[in-house]
Amino acid sequence: MAASLVVIVITALLLRRSIPLLGEHSLTELLLSSKWFPMRGDFGFLSFIVGTLVVTGISMALAVPICILSAIYLSEYASSRVREIVKPLVDLLAGIPSVLYGLWGVSVVVPLVRNHVAPLFGVRTSGYNALSGGIVLAIMVFPIIISVTEEVLRAVPFGMRESSYALGATKWQTVKHVVLRSSSTGVLAAVMLGFSRAFGETMAVIMVVGNVAKIPGSVFDPVYPLPALIANNYGEMMSLPLYDSALMLSALLLLLVVGGFTIIARVIQQRILGW
Amino acid sequence: MEIDNPQIVVDRLNVYYGNHQALKDITVSIPSKGITSIIGPSGCGKTTLLKSFNKLIELYGNVRTTGSVYVDGVDILREIDDVTELRKKVGLITQTPNPLPMSIYDNVAYGPRIHGTKDRGELDEIVERCLKAAGLWGEVEDRLRNPAADISVGQQQRLSLARTLAVEPEVLLCDEPTSALDPISAKHVEEQLFKLKRNYTIVFVTHILRQARRISDYVLFLYMGELVEHDRAKTFFEDPKDPRTKAYLDGEIS
Amino acid sequence: MNRRIAEEKFFLGLMLLSMLIVLGSLLSVFVTVFLRGVSALSLSMVTQTPKGGYYLGKEGGVLNAIVGSLYLASGATALSFVFSLPIALYLYEYAGGGRGTSYIRRSLDVLAGIPSIVFGAFAFTLMIYFGARASLLWGIVTVSLFLMPMMTRAIDEVLLATPVHLRETSFALGSTRFEYISRVVIRQALPGILSAVLISFGRAFGDAAAVLLTAGYTDNIPSALSDPVATLPLAVFFQVATPIPEVQQRAYASGIILLFIILTLSIISRLASKRLMSYVVR
Repeated sequence: MAASLVVIVITALLLRRSIPLLGEHSLTELLLSSKWFPMRGDFGFLSFIVGTLVVTGISMALAVPICILSAIYLSEYASSRVREIVKPLVDLLAGIPSVLYGLWGVSVVVPLVRNHVAPLFGVRTSGYNALSGGIVLAIMVFPIIISVTEEVLRAVPFGMRESSYALGATKWQTVKHVVLRSSSTGVLAAVMLGFSRAFGETMAVIMVVGNVAKIPGSVFDPVYPLPALIANNYGEMMSLPLYDSALMLSALLLLLVVGGFTIIARVIQQRILGW
Repeated sequence: MEIDNPQIVVDRLNVYYGNHQALKDITVSIPSKGITSIIGPSGCGKTTLLKSFNKLIELYGNVRTTGSVYVDGVDILREIDDVTELRKKVGLITQTPNPLPMSIYDNVAYGPRIHGTKDRGELDEIVERCLKAAGLWGEVEDRLRNPAADISVGQQQRLSLARTLAVEPEVLLCDEPTSALDPISAKHVEEQLFKLKRNYTIVFVTHILRQARRISDYVLFLYMGELVEHDRAKTFFEDPKDPRTKAYLDGEIS
Repeated sequence: MNRRIAEEKFFLGLMLLSMLIVLGSLLSVFVTVFLRGVSALSLSMVTQTPKGGYYLGKEGGVLNAIVGSLYLASGATALSFVFSLPIALYLYEYAGGGRGTSYIRRSLDVLAGIPSIVFGAFAFTLMIYFGARASLLWGIVTVSLFLMPMMTRAIDEVLLATPVHLRETSFALGSTRFEYISRVVIRQALPGILSAVLISFGRAFGDAAAVLLTAGYTDNIPSALSDPVATLPLAVFFQVATPIPEVQQRAYASGIILLFIILTLSIISRLASKRLMSYVVR
C-alpha cells in the first residue's frame, strides 16, 4: 500500500525524467545558461530560475512578516470570538481560484506599481514586472503561512508560558523570548510551505509578471517564472526539437523544488505537532 | 493564633472559575520567613490559593475573585497596576520544571534580563550565585551554555529554583515541587528549600503528609475550597482541633 | 518598565496592521472583481454560449464554461472520491499507525503540495504518448490526480477526529472492523467528509493550470467525454487577455460568477455540516 504511493511519486518523476532526453546538453549548462532561444537549440534555464526565485523571494519578503505578526495576534492576543470570525475568513482566501487573484493583480496591483510605486524610485515600468508578481503571490500565500504558524504557536506548552509569567515577564516578552523561540522551527516549516506554494503558482503570476525571458536587473523588470514557461508554451511543444523535453525539465524542476521543500516542512511539522 | 508581621494576609478570599467556586471565604495570615505548607486532598484549592498570591490565576480563563490578598500591606487583587513587579517579589516554582527553551545560563538570566539588567558581569554573578543557592552549580558550571532541556528532571527543577531566585524575591511559592521527581532529586530540592527558609517566606503546597511534617513551620489545611484549620506545625500535627483535620491526618480522607 | 510597555504597544500595532492588510486584501479582491464586472453581468452571460465573434465583443455568454466546469469538477471529484475514501479508511483503520502510516501521510501531503501545472504537464506527456487530444476526459483524469492526495488527507483528518471511545463501544458490542467503519465511523464523520468533498469540488472548479494543458477549450458544451471542454477559470483568463475593453469586462463578470459559485459551495458546505451534525458525538 505504501509502495503504491511511492510508486506514483516515482513514476511521475521517472516519466518526467525519461522525456527530457537532454543528452545534448549537460545539466549545469542548462541550469546556468541564460540563453533561451529554442529555435536555435539553446535552452538556458537560468533566467527562468532566477525569475521564479525573484518573484517568490519578493512574495516571501512581503508575506512572512505580515503572516507571522498576524498569527501571533490570532494565537496570543485575540479573543476567541475574534479568532472564530477571522480564521474562516483567512481560509476563504485560500479557496479563491488563482485566476481571480490574477484579475485583481491586473486591475489593482499593476496600475499601483506603475503609477505609484515605481515613480517613488524614479523608475518607469509597465507595471507587469516581478514586483507585481511578488505582491500577488504574497497575498496568495497568506492563508497557508498564517494557519500553520498559528498552529505551531498554540502548540507551545502552557507550562512554559506560565513559567515566564511567573518570573514577571509581560505578555510580549513571553511571546518574544519563549513562544517564538520555542516554535521557531515550526514557523520555518510554515514559511517553507508558503514558499512552495508561491514557487509553483501559475495562473495569477502569468497575468502580471511580464513574461520576458531575461534575468531581471531590478524588481521593476519583467520576469518569466518556470510555471509560466510551461503554461505559455505547451502548445508549441512538439514544433521544435527538444522543446518538449525542455518544458518537461521545467516541470521536473518545479516538482523537485516544491517536493523537497514540502517534505522538509512536513517532517518538521510532524515532529512538532506529533503526528 | 496571632502571627506578628505576616508577609501575606488573605481576607475573605473567594475564587470562582466560571460557575465553580474553588475557594470559599479564606481568611488567613502567612508568616514571614520559614516554610508554610498548604495541605489537603487533591482538588481542594491549594494551587488556586497559591497562585492567587502572585496573580497567576488570571492566566486561567474566566476567573472571578472577591475579597483581598495583601502582600506587604498592598491588596494585590485590586490596588496594583503592574503585576510584573509583584511577580518579582513573589516567585513560583511549579510541579513540572518547564525549562525555558534556552541554555542553562539564559534560563537563570532570563528573569533579571526582562527586568532590565543588561550588564554581563552582573548577570554572570547572579547566575553563579543562584545556581549555588539552588545546589546546582557544581553539576553544571562547565556546561552553562548547554540547552536546559538536556539536563535531568531533578536538575531542571533545581534550575527552576535558581531562576526564581535570580529575580530576588521575598516569597517563594512552591506548587508540589517534588512530586514529579525521583526520590533522590526530591530530597535535593527539599534540602535546598529548607536551607533557604531562613531568608525567604516559603509557601509550600504538598499532598504528601510526611513531607509536610518534615519541613513545615506553619500549616494550612484546605478541604473542598475551605480553610479548615491552620496552626504552628507542632501543634497542628500533634493536636489537630477540627474533626476533618483529624480524618485527613489519619488517612481517612485523601 | 515604560520601555517594555512601549515595545509591546508598538508590536501590537504592527500586528493589527498586518491583520488589516490580510483582511483588507481579501476584501479588495472581492470588491475589485465585483465592481469591474457587475456592469457586464447579465442574464445572457449565464445562459448563453459564446456566439461567433464573442471574443471580439459580440454576443453570447459563458454558459459553455459554466457547464463545462460543472461537468469537469463533478467528474473529477467523483473519481477522486472513489479512491480517496477507501485510502483514507485504510489509513485510519487498517494501516496500523506506525512509521509506515506516517510515511504514507507525509507522501500524501507532499503530493498535495505539488503545483497543478506539474500535474498538467505530466498528463500532457501521457496524452502525447497515447496520441490523445485535449478533452473532458483528460481534464477529469488530470484534475482528479491533483485532487486525490488533498481529498484523502482531508478525509483522513476528519476520521482521525473520531472520538476513541466509539471504537471501544462498537467492538465491545461485538462488531467487526468493517461494521464499525461502515456503520459508526462513516455516520460520525459524514459532515466532515461532505465538507472535504465540497472543498475539493471548489478546488477542482477553480483550477486553471492543470486543465489548460489537458482539457482544451471550446465554445460549445461538450456532449461526450472526448470533446474538449471550456472551464470558467480559463474563460476568465482568455477574456481578460484580449485587447477589447468589453470583453475584458466580461472577464470580470465571469469572475463574479466564479466567485459566486465558490462562495456558495463554501456556505453550503458549512450549512450541510451543521445539519448533519445531529448524530455526531462530540
